[in-house]
Amino acid sequence: MKMELIQPFINAADAVLSQGLKSPMSIGNLAMEPVAYRRQGVAAVIELTGDIEGRVIFDLAPKTAAQVASHFAGTELPETDDLVREAVCELANQVIGNAVATLNDQGFHFRVHPPQMHTSEQGPTSTEDTEALVLCFETESGSVFMNIALRYAQKTSAAGA
Amino acid sequence: MEQFSPIKRSKDGQPVRYLIVDDSVFARKNLGRIIETFGGQIAGEAGDGLTAISEYERIKPDIVLMDITMPQMEGIEAAEKIVQQNPDARVVMVSSVGYQENIVAALQRGARHFVQKPVKPEVLYEVIKYVLGEDGALVSAAGAGA
Repeated sequence: MKMELIQPFINAADAVLSQGLKSPMSIGNLAMEPVAYRRQGVAAVIELTGDIEGRVIFDLAPKTAAQVASHFAGTELPETDDLVREAVCELANQVIGNAVATLNDQGFHFRVHPPQMHTSEQGPTSTEDTEALVLCFETESGSVFMNIALRYAQKTSAAGA
Repeated sequence: MEQFSPIKRSKDGQPVRYLIVDDSVFARKNLGRIIETFGGQIAGEAGDGLTAISEYERIKPDIVLMDITMPQMEGIEAAEKIVQQNPDARVVMVSSVGYQENIVAALQRGARHFVQKPVKPEVLYEVIKYVLGEDGALVSAAGAGA
């Protein structure tokens, strides 16, 4: 996975989280995950298809999710509120949508599918083609994990390489 | 939240009526909250493009705020169908996928404007004023409750 694909996601997460939380954030750990994805809390997954395909998962500990959702909603939300899960989906939607907008303007063409809750404890194992990059954003509300597994689609791999 | 001078309908001084279309309940609630700070009224909500079309015909809102990425029917197609049936419809796309190709497609197919998510209330406020044109009137905060 090339940095040119990743940077727009980092920039978008920075912009969306900073605006929504009204406080700065920083990038914590960054790691390649060769093993299967393990869900940590409230997670939303968005699938991408087109020149680049794969999926991006946003994952927040329940307490962090409730705090982030409360910031975005402008009102206190308990961890059990359905709106907390909706907020994580919308957060993922906004970050990935903004990143995709940047990549599309750079000439990559792909489609974002509506976000879905990621409910299984474990995702598919990464492969050589779809190794996952895990980014941890440190916010005042806690850690926000973004797990990105993307690859150039077969039909355009020569052009995109 | 920031305070805005209420925008009312010029013809009768009533609140501007909005149809909010987004597959995310959270996004709809957030947009609704912003709209209320503009003095607007949420006339209806829809979670996909198909429902948006039927809701438009049912409530005939002054403005539609329409997401793009949705199940069943995406926002640009729904906007096109609404405008085909109602040439005066004012549809504002509100989406995070704001790349040039998408924006151009939305405008060519009938949308009046495009607002990037995350929505900044002050940006949406200016867009609403622009899209309403002479059909919208600003009311001083003191007279808003009258």
